[in-house]
Amino acid sequence: MTPSDLPLWAAWTIVAVTVFGSLLALIGSVGLVVLKRFYERIHAPTLGATLGMALIVVASVAFWSLTEGRPALPDLLIGVFLTVTTPVTLILLARAAVYRDRVEGDKAAPPE
Amino acid sequence: MTASAVLYWGLGAAQAMLLLAMLLAALRMMRGPRAQDRVLGLDTLYLNAMLLILVQGMRSGVSLYFEAALIIGMVGFTATVALAKFLMRGEVIE
Repeated sequence: MTPSDLPLWAAWTIVAVTVFGSLLALIGSVGLVVLKRFYERIHAPTLGATLGMALIVVASVAFWSLTEGRPALPDLLIGVFLTVTTPVTLILLARAAVYRDRVEGDKAAPPE
Repeated sequence: MTASAVLYWGLGAAQAMLLLAMLLAALRMMRGPRAQDRVLGLDTLYLNAMLLILVQGMRSGVSLYFEAALIIGMVGFTATVALAKFLMRGEVIE
């Protein structure tokens, strides 16, 4: 089955889920620009990195499973990998930022 | 509307949103004001790029895009961790 043979309801569902995931990623990026402080900003991209990513991965798995007519699970690898790595990167980055702010004696840095 | 038209335009709209998200992340990366803001912008930028490539794979019906997205995810993770380590310590490998 090629993508053009997908049933219409499946195409609409895949598109709706993908658009919602992209919308979450967009909202996260808007927050990255709009929010004022670094410690507020660091929360914004997680919207796209968790639920946005998960929705797009689910849509991708559904699309390839329907197109190929068998469970196509490799896309879940991306989901698992990002779920594991996103908290690690953001914790490391936040700790580096806190360390830098404290060294400079910034009053806005979180207390010990 | 046929299924392929729905996929073409709907996934195109999703790609436009992700592209806008990439632009906003790039804006944060250029504006700063501090190094950690730039690293956060880069992190968001590669993440949105990865999602964009994943959607492009669905839109074009070519399954090869999956590998590209996976590799961008892995390389981006390494880059952000290395940059965070650099901000903390002043060097990457001690």
